[in-house]
Amino acid sequence: MTAPQAIERIDAYPTRRIAGFPVRAGRPLPFGATPVPGGVNFSVYSNNATGMTLVLYRAGEPEPMAELPFPDAFVIGGVYAMTVYDLDAEGIEYGYRAQGPFDPERGHRFDPTVVVADPYARLMSDARTGPRRSRVALDDFDWEDDRPLRLPHEDLVIYELHARGFTRDPSSGVAAPGTYAGLVEKIPYLRELGVNCVELLPVFEFDENDNPRSHPVTGEPLANYWGYNTVGYFAPKASYASTGRYGMQADEFKNLVKQLHRAGIEVILDVVFNHTAEGNEYGPTISFKGLDNATYYMLTPDGHYYNFSGTGNTLNCNNPVVRGFVLDCLRYWASEFHIDGFRFDLAAILGRGPDGALLANPPLLETLAYDPVLRDCKLIAEAWDAAGLYQVGSFPNYCRWSEWNGRYRDTVRRFVKGDTGVTGDLATRMVGSPDMYAQRGTSATVNFVLCHDGFTLNDLVSYNGKHNEVNGEDNRDGDNNNQSWNCGVEGPTDDPEVLALRARQMRNVFMILLASQGVPMILAGDEVGRTQQGNNNAYCHDGPLTWFDWRLVERNADLLRFVRRAIAFRQAHPVLRRGPASEVSWHGVRAWTADWSEHCRLIAGMFGTGADDCVYVAANSHWEGHLLELPEPPQGTAWHLFADTAAPPPFDAREPGEEPVLPDQSHVEVGPRAVVVLVAHSQAEQRDNGKEE
Amino acid sequence: MQLRTELRDDVTIIALEGSLDSRTAPQVQQEIEALFPDHGLVLLDLSGTSYMSSAGLRVLLLVYRRAQAGTARLALTGVPDEVREIMAATGFLDFFTVAGSVEDGVKALTV
Repeated sequence: MTAPQAIERIDAYPTRRIAGFPVRAGRPLPFGATPVPGGVNFSVYSNNATGMTLVLYRAGEPEPMAELPFPDAFVIGGVYAMTVYDLDAEGIEYGYRAQGPFDPERGHRFDPTVVVADPYARLMSDARTGPRRSRVALDDFDWEDDRPLRLPHEDLVIYELHARGFTRDPSSGVAAPGTYAGLVEKIPYLRELGVNCVELLPVFEFDENDNPRSHPVTGEPLANYWGYNTVGYFAPKASYASTGRYGMQADEFKNLVKQLHRAGIEVILDVVFNHTAEGNEYGPTISFKGLDNATYYMLTPDGHYYNFSGTGNTLNCNNPVVRGFVLDCLRYWASEFHIDGFRFDLAAILGRGPDGALLANPPLLETLAYDPVLRDCKLIAEAWDAAGLYQVGSFPNYCRWSEWNGRYRDTVRRFVKGDTGVTGDLATRMVGSPDMYAQRGTSATVNFVLCHDGFTLNDLVSYNGKHNEVNGEDNRDGDNNNQSWNCGVEGPTDDPEVLALRARQMRNVFMILLASQGVPMILAGDEVGRTQQGNNNAYCHDGPLTWFDWRLVERNADLLRFVRRAIAFRQAHPVLRRGPASEVSWHGVRAWTADWSEHCRLIAGMFGTGADDCVYVAANSHWEGHLLELPEPPQGTAWHLFADTAAPPPFDAREPGEEPVLPDQSHVEVGPRAVVVLVAHSQAEQRDNGKEE
Repeated sequence: MQLRTELRDDVTIIALEGSLDSRTAPQVQQEIEALFPDHGLVLLDLSGTSYMSSAGLRVLLLVYRRAQAGTARLALTGVPDEVREIMAATGFLDFFTVAGSVEDGVKALTV
């Protein structure tokens, strides 16, 4: 077992000693800390610093073991690069002291007393076992033949989940609750549910303890559970890894991606490039602020922070340096972690220039749209920001970006609770919102009714108003415009009629979502009726309120079965995913006669025209049932009943392909506040149908 | 870190004793490779391993890959619980045949 001897590099030796360590001038690229033969190459840049010092620690120790100033000979442009030999790459942590002016009016906030984190740190230590510091990653995971799945975007069923909260509750039964490894154990559940994409809430290193508020009753400090306050953009969150204390979080996360891919499930990351965890002038100096504040942040002419994100600062995304940083980061996750796509938090900010003004052709968005490494990655924008910019339908897209469709959410919510005047809008939303995305097909819109931010589905049908008292802000936080309806009683109830109506309303939401063209996104737990007790802004609770309660899988097995069947039905019928909208015809109480009038609460769409794939969806938000005249099914086929949300389980939905034929082919009854879905099968082919191509 | 070898039936047993971390990993890897037959059966006995870091795990994986490149077959035994947990969480465990004892390991390789 001998390998040919590699030819030794002639630059693999030190040229001098600094602070006791043998060193030589390093390589500026790649940025960050990279293991090289005999040592580690450190490279960091700052256009406004006047000097830089590498600070080395033995892992976990409070005081540095050495401080190595970069000699002038080790600096190229604004890049400080040094290779340090004889380092135990696993056993060290590092940071930098950046020298430069402290002159806030000009935007500079250098403070060499602070050791700042490397923005390119590929590992950060687990803050539960010591200070959170930059570490060296080996990046040699054995992917075997894995690669991103490249599923057609319009075929995705996205499942938005919290990597910790999904298995943190003891009811999950996994070996390592609340970790990437724990999530691997739940892949069979995801497969059975039928989703083919998970969208993970932030997994870049963040500080879960930076919430200054405390619980109004218990007095305990509140958390930052969601993680929209990034500390390290290249570092997978250490505390989400069961192996985080060994510095193996990157390997554990990569194994999660690999196992999800094996199960046919893509991975989209929720990324937060609109702001950082450093806050405004009163916030901590963690990384960017100390390295080059004037470059990384949008600043007012007198040096204060613009706050388009609602969190104190705004990352200066269209500065060329920062743009390069964002690109480096996403390329790293796409290539090194095999990530299938990204969802950009408050993405409207990414279209603003350094002074906050909206750009016509934002360089960052264009760069990401055309980058070869990212070519197959899904790019999804949350197309608004916290300063009033709302770009749903108008986000600069380069025929590449898709959007969280906030209008879809609002319209479906209003229709389901029984508002009038929304049937026309609902019809538009159900065919991929062609009023906004006509040129771009159904993949441009990510349809959702619920997401982490807001009510859960159970709470949407159980509460009229938000109940955020435990967030410590006297219920002032969180959205007031929920378009929710409690079905007669606010919150928990034993009333069987109210409970039955809520169960049906949840099915109505799921059925409309999964029978709409565009990419559906489901909030994890909604398929089993998870509640947050009316809290619509639970970012600050890391506990049973926000964790997935796995006992619900049994308790609400009926709802889960319904959702599983509805997803399978969608996957069996391309006509629900691909468009074009022109192949959908609209109907009402009378076939071929949709009622678009203001008072109407009923709409029926027939998706597809051919015998190969044709689906009829009737949604009634009226409190009375209606007998609907049916359009003729395509020649040679008959209508079969897939779903009726008013029917008792398990007859609320059938296994796709096993739908019973409708006794009366000319009419169907749609119950009060109910959705009925029919599918055209030839009776002879019925058994084989529904199993796609 | 010390290595001991022993031949049982057709199986080369390599026992690792001590700490396997980034300090000792390069040396251990070289030594294992030197002891590794090009063809044949190898059982790595980790019961004497007091500590294993991520670099140590990488050594195991590297040895496995080398074995795979040739025709040798490799199994592990005596994997400490903590190491086993790390290997499971990172997917490393899937690559290996893991036996509960040296005897079982020999059996697993010679069947």
